[in-house]
Amino acid sequence: MIAGISIYEILTVTSILFFIGVYGFITRKNLISILMSVELILNASIINFVVINKYLYPDMLQGVFFSIFIIAVAAAETALAISIIINLYRQIASVEVKDTEIMKY
Amino acid sequence: MDITYTILIPLIPLAVFLLLGIFNQKIKPAVSGIIGVAGLSTSALLSYYTAYQYFFVYGKVGGVYQAIVQKTTWMNFSDTLKIDMGVLIDPISVMMLIVVSTVSLMVHIYSRGYMKGDDGYTRFFAFLSLFSFSMFGLVLATNLFQIYIFWELVGVSSFLLIGYYYTKPSAVSAAKKAFIVTRFADLGFLIGILIIGYYTGTFDFETLNSVNHETGELALNWASTSFMGLSVIAWALILMFMGGAGKSAMFPLHIWLPDAMEGPTPVSALIHAATMVVAGVYLVARLFPMFYFVEDGYALNVVAYVGAFSSLLAAIIAITQTDIKRVLAFSTMSQIGYMMLALGVSKYEGHEGLGYMASMFHLFTHAMFKALLFLGAGSVIHAVHSNYLKDMGGLRKYMPITNITFLIAALAIAGFPLTSGFFSKDEILVAAFEHNKLIYFSGVLVAGLTAFYMFRLYFGIFWGKDTQYKHAPHESPISMTFPLMVLAFISLVGGFIPFSNYISADRAGFEAHLNYPLAAVAVSVGLIGIALAWVFYKKENDLASKFSNAFGVFYKWTYNKFYIDEVYLFVTKKIIFNLIAAPIAWFDKKYVDGTMEGIGNKTVVISNKIKGMQSGKVQDYAFGFVAGVVVLAMVFIYLWTN
Amino acid sequence: MDILSLFVVVPVLTIIALVFAKGLKQARLVSMVGSMVQLGMAINLVFAYFKERAINDGIMVFTKDFVWFEQFNIHYAIGVDGISVALLLLTAIVVLAGVFISWKMPDLPKEFFISLLILATGVYGFFISIDLFTMFVFYEIAVIPMYLLIGIWGSGPKEYSAMKLTLMLMGASAVLLVGVLGIYFNSNADGGALTFNILEIAQVNIPIEAQKLFFPLTFVGFAVLGALFPFHTWSPDGHASAPTAVSMLHAGVLMKLGGYGVFRIAMFLLPAGAVHWSWFFIILAAIGVVYGAFGAIRQTDLKYINAYASVSHLGLVLFALLTLNKIAWNGAIIQSLSHGLLTAMFFALIGMIYGRTHTRDIHKLGGLMKVLPFIGAIYVITGMAYLGLPGFSGFVAEMNIFVGSFQNPDMFHRVLTILAVSSIVVTAVYILRLVGKIMMGPLANEEFKDLPKATWFEKAGILLLLIPIVAMGVAPLWLSDMIMASLEPFIKGVL
Repeated sequence: MIAGISIYEILTVTSILFFIGVYGFITRKNLISILMSVELILNASIINFVVINKYLYPDMLQGVFFSIFIIAVAAAETALAISIIINLYRQIASVEVKDTEIMKY
Repeated sequence: MDITYTILIPLIPLAVFLLLGIFNQKIKPAVSGIIGVAGLSTSALLSYYTAYQYFFVYGKVGGVYQAIVQKTTWMNFSDTLKIDMGVLIDPISVMMLIVVSTVSLMVHIYSRGYMKGDDGYTRFFAFLSLFSFSMFGLVLATNLFQIYIFWELVGVSSFLLIGYYYTKPSAVSAAKKAFIVTRFADLGFLIGILIIGYYTGTFDFETLNSVNHETGELALNWASTSFMGLSVIAWALILMFMGGAGKSAMFPLHIWLPDAMEGPTPVSALIHAATMVVAGVYLVARLFPMFYFVEDGYALNVVAYVGAFSSLLAAIIAITQTDIKRVLAFSTMSQIGYMMLALGVSKYEGHEGLGYMASMFHLFTHAMFKALLFLGAGSVIHAVHSNYLKDMGGLRKYMPITNITFLIAALAIAGFPLTSGFFSKDEILVAAFEHNKLIYFSGVLVAGLTAFYMFRLYFGIFWGKDTQYKHAPHESPISMTFPLMVLAFISLVGGFIPFSNYISADRAGFEAHLNYPLAAVAVSVGLIGIALAWVFYKKENDLASKFSNAFGVFYKWTYNKFYIDEVYLFVTKKIIFNLIAAPIAWFDKKYVDGTMEGIGNKTVVISNKIKGMQSGKVQDYAFGFVAGVVVLAMVFIYLWTN
Repeated sequence: MDILSLFVVVPVLTIIALVFAKGLKQARLVSMVGSMVQLGMAINLVFAYFKERAINDGIMVFTKDFVWFEQFNIHYAIGVDGISVALLLLTAIVVLAGVFISWKMPDLPKEFFISLLILATGVYGFFISIDLFTMFVFYEIAVIPMYLLIGIWGSGPKEYSAMKLTLMLMGASAVLLVGVLGIYFNSNADGGALTFNILEIAQVNIPIEAQKLFFPLTFVGFAVLGALFPFHTWSPDGHASAPTAVSMLHAGVLMKLGGYGVFRIAMFLLPAGAVHWSWFFIILAAIGVVYGAFGAIRQTDLKYINAYASVSHLGLVLFALLTLNKIAWNGAIIQSLSHGLLTAMFFALIGMIYGRTHTRDIHKLGGLMKVLPFIGAIYVITGMAYLGLPGFSGFVAEMNIFVGSFQNPDMFHRVLTILAVSSIVVTAVYILRLVGKIMMGPLANEEFKDLPKATWFEKAGILLLLIPIVAMGVAPLWLSDMIMASLEPFIKGVL
């Protein structure tokens, strides 16, 4: 609980963070940038979990624990994504997303 | 009287047809000719025996010849309507049996000589037997559908025989024309049969024709429905007459008959002179009580006028034709017109039914002398290798038997006193005189024209100019001259048969007497015709061409048969083929099929438009995903708060 | 194994045997043996049927019922009556004739015969089923191999024709499925359970509104297969591109499924709907009769002429069914049998001519009678039979149809009947035009002088088809009485 700040303000911040991440995912050209946007999304959700836990259910800890899970999973997913990007780079010599449109109609 | 053996009369030719048809390649021509003649001789002997039994041994019962029927169910439409197959023996069917078997036998014997050496000799005799079978079945029919069945079979036999020389395009198209014109006529026939079947509940001749002797009306009950002011039964009769008119080459369905001359001459003699073409007359005669009693004989009037007009038209056209077979074809049409008009003016009881008797008598005599004329013409064509008058002349020196027999037939058809034609034609004119003066005068005019064009033909072939022939023509072999002599004999003495004692509308028979004044009129008109022909054609001169030039346009019209063929060709080629069939085929391809293809094309177009959804871009997919979630979330919140 | 299920089992066994066959000779031998067995079974069934009829009076005989899907009350229910027996015999004859005609199939013969027999299985199954769902399954089994048969072994624009035919028939069966489901969901209207069995459904009074709604769907679903105008356009291209045996089977047998379905399902189960809608569809059918005939006049390809002629003659079947009259229904069934044999015969002859001259254009053919006497003579005979010459089956069928449809006394039906009757003239025109052009006249192409004559297997196929045509034409009493007796229960609903 942070004194003087209501939950709505913090949720607004995390929502903004979330949609910045979505926007970034949809519009960035570079695969790494897309990855970074995914991180933003995940981080926004982490903050959400902690905040809701602390503000609404102060005497429980499930939210905080779950956020540790998300951090770990995010890290693992990032490692996986980077390895895919590196393999892809070896095939098409580029990290632009427009070069990965082979599986289309 | 037990008539079961009469079933053999049609069945023997059928067996011959199947035998010769299936084993076509394996039977030697000479053998097939003998088989054909043998089969038909048997049928002929059986026919004569039947006639003898029927007229002389069994005779009249209660003053009336009985109709003896033996039949079996062939197919059931329902519990009440059905088609039977069987034999009906009554005066006219017996008479027709004699006519058909005699002429057919003569033609069979003649063909042995005429068709000798031809490639399809066996096929020819097979088809002749098929025709004989069909014709016998037709005259023995017991009900409307049976006569229709054999009617169609006769049509097919005619098609096969006209198209006998099938490598000649003109023969093929003549055969097609004959079949299609008669099929069109048969359409009317069939609709007439359907009407009768529905409104009277039966197809059987005996039931339809039975006359209630107390009331003097038909015993039949039918629903008295009218259509456009006329009873439906009268309509049915007129439609059935349309079928008869097609088969009998009455105007305006006559166009196939001249073209049918493309077939070999024995075929023309048998089918298109003596037997098949009189099927229409036979039909009207068969249904005569109905024609006479229904709606006061309305349909019968139609028959009379159509017959009279056709006979006049054909006689006019025959004067100008140069192909001898075509002259004979139009002559046949004209004489059949006589038979139709005789039926048309006839009444029913006893002597009142003179027209009916005269018509049947003329059918009999005409079959004999017309077949003789055609066979004689065949003999001439065989010798000269041409059908045209211009290639003939002076043949009396080379072909004496043909000359004499042809002359006898020409005298008969012209109505020269004491020939058979004189008696039959005279009775027709008497009947017409008693009932319809207009038709009588038309008949007399036709008699004169008949004598004229027939002797134009006779003199043109056997007298006239002294043509120098490249190969001297010789008389035909005995196989061809024997039938000529037999038929000539019948043409001479046939008139003395007391026909009216046997054949009459009410089957009771009556005494017919010669009407001397009217006979004198007919004979003089005939003699005038012969004399005119003598003047124009016996010696070589240019009187004829001067005359035809004087007639100018009228001559041209007559020579071209009044352009009726051209009208039909126009209607079929330009209108039906080009204006109906072609647009339908085009419409089908373009619009009906186009709609189906259009549906397919639309599917492809839509598919092209939405395939963009599968863009392969991960970001598009993510966008769709997010958008979907947002929409779902809004929907859930909306539902949750309400 | 009951006598009817054998009709499905024997073809399947033949297919399995074919899988192990190697090469053309073994494949065709196995198919011929299998088809002969089927023909023997069909003939045996006719006699067994008559024996059974003497003691059993039910609507269907030889019935069997196995539960398939308990939950939806789907059973594998089979049974036959006189009409099914006749149609089974027709199928067996045409299949065997087709095998004879395909004696020299050059590429992938094994697969060809397998597909042909799958088609046959579907058709047999359709004729013996009395459960709607089972019927539909067999219907699909019959339609789907057409795509392969035309697309692989066809000629001309085969992919296009195969695609068009299959898609249009699939579309029709989609419509049909809606109709069938509609019937199914209304089958408890009298308080019973939902059922697919047609005998049970026939007892139920399905509400009038449902009948009026589902009848057009079921009717169109079947009638597209029966070449109803304006849904007939798959037929000309399909038949023209298909190989000979496939055209024979399709035009000869498959298209009869349409008429049979209309009669057995659409009109039997939805009689009020049939009475309500008949005026609309009978106009389409009458148009189809005349339209097909006129369309045939202008065609120049032998197979197209035959395809349009089939549209015209099958239009007569639908026309007769829609007059809702017993005599006409008798005629419709006989016409299905007769036309099946005649059109199979025609396609067989066309295939023989095409195999020798490699052209189907009538302008390039002519005077073939001299060169091919047997084929020529049979062609003329078939042409005559097709235009309804007495002595052949076509006449018997057409007369029943005309007499029957004339029994409706109102002006509307009378006019349509006269229109349909007038088709006999147009039929004569295109048949004679055809015969005159290709068989008669002078020889069109000097190269045709030495064409090989008909072989034994071709003659066998032709005679196999010709004998029933003549038998039905000369002695129709036994057949028409057999069909008339079986029609009784079906017509009761619509009268």
